[in-house]
Amino acid sequence: MVWVNDVIQGILVGGLYALFACGLSLMFGVMKVINLAHGDLAIIGGYIAVGVIAVTHIPVLWSFVIVVPLMAVLGYVLQRTVIQAALDRSILTTLLVTFGLSVVIENALLEFVNANSHSLGVNDAIITSSFSIGSQISIAYLLLLIFVVAVVVLTGLQYFLSRSRYGRMIRAVADDREAAQLSGIDYRHVFGIAAAIAFATVALAGIAYGMYSQFSPTTGTDTILLFAFAAVVIGGLGSLWGTLLGGVVLGVSQAIGAQISGSDEFLAGYIVFLAVLVLRPQGLIARRATS
Amino acid sequence: MTAVAETTPRSAEKYRVTRSRRNVAWTGLGALVVVVVLALFPYIVGAGTETILVQAFIILTLASMWNLLAGYAGLVSVGQQAFVGLGAYFVLILNIHNLSMFTALPIAAIGCGVAALPMWWLVARLRSGYFAIATWVLATTVLLIIEKFPSIGGGTGLSLPHTPSLSSAVLEAYTYWIGLAVTVLALLGVYLLLRSRLGLVLTAVRDDEVAARSSGARVGVARMLVFVVAGIGCGAAGALLAVSQLIVQPSAVFSVQWTAEMAFVVIIGGLGTIEGPILGTIVYMVLQQTLQSYNVWYLIILGLVAMVIAIFARRGLWGLIDEHLHVRLFPVGYWLWDPAINGRSRGLGLGRRRGGKHS
Amino acid sequence: MSEQGPSEPKGRGDAWTEERGTSDTPREPKGAAPSGLTSDEGARREDGASRAPGGEREDTAPGGEGEDRAPILEVRELTVHHGQLRALGHVSLRVFPGEVYAIIGANGAGKSTLLRTIAGLHQPTEGSIRYDGQDVTRIRPERRAISGIVMVPEGRRLFGSLTVEENLQVGATYARKGPWTIERVYELFSWMRDRRAQRTEQLSGGEQQAVAIGRALVANPRVLLLDELSLGLAPVVVQRIYGMLPEILATGLTVLLVEQDVSQALRVASHLQCLLEGRTTLEGKPSEVTPEQVEVAYFGLRTAPAGQGSEEP
Repeated sequence: MVWVNDVIQGILVGGLYALFACGLSLMFGVMKVINLAHGDLAIIGGYIAVGVIAVTHIPVLWSFVIVVPLMAVLGYVLQRTVIQAALDRSILTTLLVTFGLSVVIENALLEFVNANSHSLGVNDAIITSSFSIGSQISIAYLLLLIFVVAVVVLTGLQYFLSRSRYGRMIRAVADDREAAQLSGIDYRHVFGIAAAIAFATVALAGIAYGMYSQFSPTTGTDTILLFAFAAVVIGGLGSLWGTLLGGVVLGVSQAIGAQISGSDEFLAGYIVFLAVLVLRPQGLIARRATS
Repeated sequence: MTAVAETTPRSAEKYRVTRSRRNVAWTGLGALVVVVVLALFPYIVGAGTETILVQAFIILTLASMWNLLAGYAGLVSVGQQAFVGLGAYFVLILNIHNLSMFTALPIAAIGCGVAALPMWWLVARLRSGYFAIATWVLATTVLLIIEKFPSIGGGTGLSLPHTPSLSSAVLEAYTYWIGLAVTVLALLGVYLLLRSRLGLVLTAVRDDEVAARSSGARVGVARMLVFVVAGIGCGAAGALLAVSQLIVQPSAVFSVQWTAEMAFVVIIGGLGTIEGPILGTIVYMVLQQTLQSYNVWYLIILGLVAMVIAIFARRGLWGLIDEHLHVRLFPVGYWLWDPAINGRSRGLGLGRRRGGKHS
Repeated sequence: MSEQGPSEPKGRGDAWTEERGTSDTPREPKGAAPSGLTSDEGARREDGASRAPGGEREDTAPGGEGEDRAPILEVRELTVHHGQLRALGHVSLRVFPGEVYAIIGANGAGKSTLLRTIAGLHQPTEGSIRYDGQDVTRIRPERRAISGIVMVPEGRRLFGSLTVEENLQVGATYARKGPWTIERVYELFSWMRDRRAQRTEQLSGGEQQAVAIGRALVANPRVLLLDELSLGLAPVVVQRIYGMLPEILATGLTVLLVEQDVSQALRVASHLQCLLEGRTTLEGKPSEVTPEQVEVAYFGLRTAPAGQGSEEP
């Protein structure tokens, strides 16, 4: 029965993974950019939060309010400048540039901060406490909260994309950039908005990760990027709910892997990822639209 | 009705097609001289310089392979460290079974080529971004699997148990020579590969894949061959790493940093040119030596420079030199000489990378 | 150089009206002489030959015969390259308000390139585009669309994952003020209202073409660019779509269209230009060109009469 507890943990942590993944999915869906620095951006969000808290001593949960909008702006600027410049060359260039960005960010963090792990809010009661269902199941409030937040964010994003004017513009640009231009839409601006959303969600996820676990400069690529990618691939590109499903599948396989052998937690996830890549590259949920 | 003829009288015989712009014998001679001089180094310079040069050999070999993958075959792999690690571990395993590490090196390289086949099968159908991530995941998976075997050191690594009983100077010299051999073979291999039919196929695919396929080019086979060759090359470099370090640690040999360094070197030197990796390696070594005490700075600077060059000077430093001096050390394309163009004969170079689309 | 013929309306106030006399295309009916084919350098006559005493082109706007108005769109000496390939060479044209200006030519003649360059999707290597008197050659495509040059691209290019109505809504995102609304488009194409929640991928070719036109219309353009409407559609569908043109024109639009189907173009056009290998080979009103002239201009085969320069390679 101890399995049940772990599986539930796996499902809940899948929400966090989905939150990591949706920004990646958005950037790829809209502009065909694979941002290899995506995980590092989550870590940057975490580090900024650490810094902000150290300076202002605000409660951890308030750090979101400052960091998330900040990262959104950073995303817009980075997209309009560096990433757009790389996009104008080719997709290959965007891969190279985002890879370079990732390495630069990590090493800069190693240089200017240190290599130690950081965590957020270890002393806050709400973050560390948990509740129990029956004798076997113990769920951390934090994890449940993260899952709820993830579902809310994903729902909100889905609503934004399908109902709002900007959401329509984003979908139009994703379908056909040139045709969107012919309708008067500046696609570079729309790309910027998409990047802003991606950066904001990944920063949110990064701070949440910092509360749930700990991060160091290399966590971005070691852990987060691969998880985000795995969630996107398993769930299928082009669907935010697929991303949630992918996150959950990843979380559950990791939980099961941890049960089999303590050190196999990540390995299990990667194997599932590779299996999906080979057997069904379009993911478990078929794509909604051709890209 | 007849079509209006439009001919300017030109004699067809006056066109020439050559493989290089000027006499390549000079370049070949120059290269030979360089190799001979390098081979004599152990008699001239100290062990410290040899170690540095072995590092350079490793990077140069890796860079040529990454250049082959990304610059010619369009395969951006962020997982070549898998082969670096596998090459090192093959040497370790063979050495544990009493094989000399020097003999183990070529076997390790071949072994990596074999290992490349199932890996290719896993990732072959994936498009560029997915391909990159898949190779990364594969490399990480290989690392995690290898770490589970305590007999080869588990998570902490293992020293080579059977090192030859030679003086350190001689050992260093042998390591150096074998490193030189690996690098020369790698560069030569890449050069010959690109001069061959395979090279033509790759260039065609690079310019327009659909057209290449419909004219009968076996694109899939060409790419697979490149992936395998790159596996062999990176495996050889990893084996060289093991030989030079005499210890194999998983986190070091499977580090994604290897791919970062390979990629940056190639981008800075010139993606899609054979000369590029050489130039890039020189830049890398200079940076690394000058910033040695500053730990991670050289990687930061390397990364930033690579990003800038990727955006603004797509063919890297060598591309800039090439454009202004029209020099090709390694002629793999064709030059068309049009007698109607007077003055300084400017051949139309074919077979090198245009600034065109590349997905 | 002084202007010939009726004077220009001087309302614009810029150098436009003065420039006109010097380098522009005097367009006159070319029915009579076999040199309905112009020389290689587009419709311009540098040799001064055959310039009719009327000089300027007569206005062909409905009810405006003989009355000169400023062109709403003017293209001068447009040269466009795709890499090393020259797709258009020194092409010029002038479109007056209310016209239906058709550009015909075989595949690869450069028609779509011309339209796309006018829409802003290509940058010319030489030449200029003037819209309503303003030089828009360097203006980005989305800004041109917002100011009233809207193109219905070749192959429809609808937003596949969006519904019919959403496609129209996107088209209306930066719409100018004007008579066209989504509702009016539903009136124009009566079947569309019932299918408005369907994804456009599920529509037939003709229906998609209608949605594409509707998407352009709701932006209330002043100049509507239609790129190969007939492509991939059955003739009866094509006719039905072109049958909508009068209603579209009635709201004050000007239409510049590209068409491979010559007879269809001749039926709807008020003015006609033929391209071959990126150059203009014929120009005039449909009533004033003979089928033989069109055929020769379209295919580029001719006996080379004495005195005519050789074709530029």
